[in-house]
Amino acid sequence: MNIKTFSIGGIHPDENKLTHEAVTQKAALPKQAIFPLSQHIGAPAKPVVQKGDKVKVGTLIAEAGGFVSAPIYSSVSGTVFKIDTAIDATGYRKPVIIINVEGDEWEESIDRSDKLETVEAHPELTPEEIINRVKEAGVTGMGGAGFPTFIKLTPPPTAKAECVIINAVECEPYITADFRLMMEKADEILVGLELLMIAAKVTTGYIGIEINKPAAIELLTKKCAEKFGGSKYNVEVVPLKQRYPQGGEKQLVDAVIQRQVPAPPAIPVNVGAIVQNVGTAFAVYEAVMKHKPLFERYTTVTGKNLQKPGNFLVRMGTPMQDLIDACGGMPEGDNKLLAGGPMMGKALTSTEVPICKGTNSVTIISGKEARRKEPQPCIRCAKCVLVCPMGLEPYLLAKLSEVKNWDRCEHEDIVNCIECGSCQFTCPAYRPLLDNIRQGKATVMGIIRSRTAKK
Amino acid sequence: MNFILIAVIVLGAIGLIAAVVLFVASKKFAVFEDPRIAQVSELLPGANCGGCGFPGCSGMADALVKGADAGSLDGLMCPVGGAETMGKVADLLGMAIANTEPMVAVVRCNGTCEHRAKIAEYAGLRTCAAMNACGAGETACGFGCLGCGDCEAACQFGAIHVNPETGIPEVDDEKCTSCGACVKACPRNIIELRKKGPKGRRVFVSCVNKDKGAVAMKVCAVSCIGCGKCEKECNFGAITVENNVAYIDFTKCRLCRKCVTVCPRHAIRDVNFPTPAPAPKPKEERKEEKA
Repeated sequence: MNIKTFSIGGIHPDENKLTHEAVTQKAALPKQAIFPLSQHIGAPAKPVVQKGDKVKVGTLIAEAGGFVSAPIYSSVSGTVFKIDTAIDATGYRKPVIIINVEGDEWEESIDRSDKLETVEAHPELTPEEIINRVKEAGVTGMGGAGFPTFIKLTPPPTAKAECVIINAVECEPYITADFRLMMEKADEILVGLELLMIAAKVTTGYIGIEINKPAAIELLTKKCAEKFGGSKYNVEVVPLKQRYPQGGEKQLVDAVIQRQVPAPPAIPVNVGAIVQNVGTAFAVYEAVMKHKPLFERYTTVTGKNLQKPGNFLVRMGTPMQDLIDACGGMPEGDNKLLAGGPMMGKALTSTEVPICKGTNSVTIISGKEARRKEPQPCIRCAKCVLVCPMGLEPYLLAKLSEVKNWDRCEHEDIVNCIECGSCQFTCPAYRPLLDNIRQGKATVMGIIRSRTAKK
Repeated sequence: MNFILIAVIVLGAIGLIAAVVLFVASKKFAVFEDPRIAQVSELLPGANCGGCGFPGCSGMADALVKGADAGSLDGLMCPVGGAETMGKVADLLGMAIANTEPMVAVVRCNGTCEHRAKIAEYAGLRTCAAMNACGAGETACGFGCLGCGDCEAACQFGAIHVNPETGIPEVDDEKCTSCGACVKACPRNIIELRKKGPKGRRVFVSCVNKDKGAVAMKVCAVSCIGCGKCEKECNFGAITVENNVAYIDFTKCRLCRKCVTVCPRHAIRDVNFPTPAPAPKPKEERKEEKA
């Protein structure tokens, strides 16, 4: 069988999916929950509660701060302790709402039963109604970047959606949260996919899964046949070869429907695809069918030296320390704490950082592996060029960025870089390629923005 | 023989026509360049550092001549050549020049290794810009110096160096031309151009931490906590506390150094003074004064 994957570049790091078989546990409620106001791409949310206010699980605590923004709901019941600053995943102190947890009282509007709601039983669900509920529930992309989902479902008038692709690739090493979600909530995910297809007004759907998750492929293929067989929907589970960064939107579109997304500002919908994470599909199901805003998520807490790594259903705002403690505490010696997986994750300097909408994993890399190796001179082996999934020349971009040649950086399409880190991973000389490229990309994007602003 | 004659005549004719064309063109399309621009360029240091805000010394010379024609040299200053060079330029252009105060780059962070504990180890690209983009850096202070020396790399005059013992850059007053390259290079806006002061004496708040007092106090032993004691102590209204950090306006500061002694955090620094700052008066004495 010819297994699909994306056309250029890519790497295959050691998988280390330590928590593959670990059934998801419910994480304990934190004593204090911290809600950063900026958990998504776009404008930070605006607080609508004040110090001393009583909140329940699912109470709105901050409203969307602009068009590209998302509201934030409390994941706990208790009293607002203060609106202050705290270190978030950026590493800096940012505005947050801190809530002291008392009991576990939910808003009555939320349906807490496990009963599977189907679209057939809810004729009131028009595309507009679905998009509105998704928007109101504060659903953002659950894969990490955190782009508000409702915007993705309303493509610009110049583009026409043809299919919805569910991103269940989970190509990052270590992370297993999406896999566990698929195994435990397959029916809900498929209803979520149906809702996404209704909202996008399409009848074609794909679920892209890497072949290192055969159980999920088998389960979802079976459920899809049961659910969509004979209906107007045409949904296909697409097994994909293991290759990082297949979970990148552009790579996934290439792998599943063999279409190439042009350079920014083009987005996948320009070639007819709306890509949503499998976690987002589940969040959409809960938001639309259960009236449950986004305040809980599946997160993997993992690391080779952790005593009991596991998968958790965790309330947002829970400090990472609580989850690490639940896994047997921080290992001894030097550790690198990452929000996310080892490839795309962001290193943190505090374990008090809370779980946010986009935190799919807490990864702890210990000992020798936590340190980088001493960089050596570039030997022009071009391995970085070979693995770049965007067809760029990382060695050149890194050098141009180092010497601050921004014009040339722009000419060499530095803004196309998706910061996957494949170049740096593969570099035999351990050169800090991505560090340099990221700097250059940020600077060039700033230059382009100020240029368009002037016009 | 004939061939030679024809060749000479033809070439001579072409030469004559070309000469006429060139002569007409040189008159018609002549670009007048003010001879003073070249003269002013001669006087400028020729470092092409861009500290004046113009693209190199010739750009500055052009601006100076244009300024002279417009009747004022205000706002034009060569930080490298300083007052001396500007005086010469003003003489040449027959203008009076405002005597601008000499400035110097000042590093407003005193979070040395002993004052500011390391909480993490940074393994990425060792530039301040890269470290700043990743998070707060190796210490818990999200505002202080990162110590990777982007300022040192930006300085063309070798006037700023990161002290390996403290991890904080130090400015050589003699070499600093106040071109401002380090100010632009610092991703955290720690470096500021301040008045050099008489005999290099100056007083400044050596901290830019905008965290609330309790947080700032934890992250560094010499952080400004925005308590406002200095603001109250200053008789000249030179100190303002904004966003939990004090700032001394160098145009108003009279170098009395009262603020230095009242600061409970030792965040205000006085440099190049021959004697230590005067000890604060005991509290009782102060009460009497008020009474």
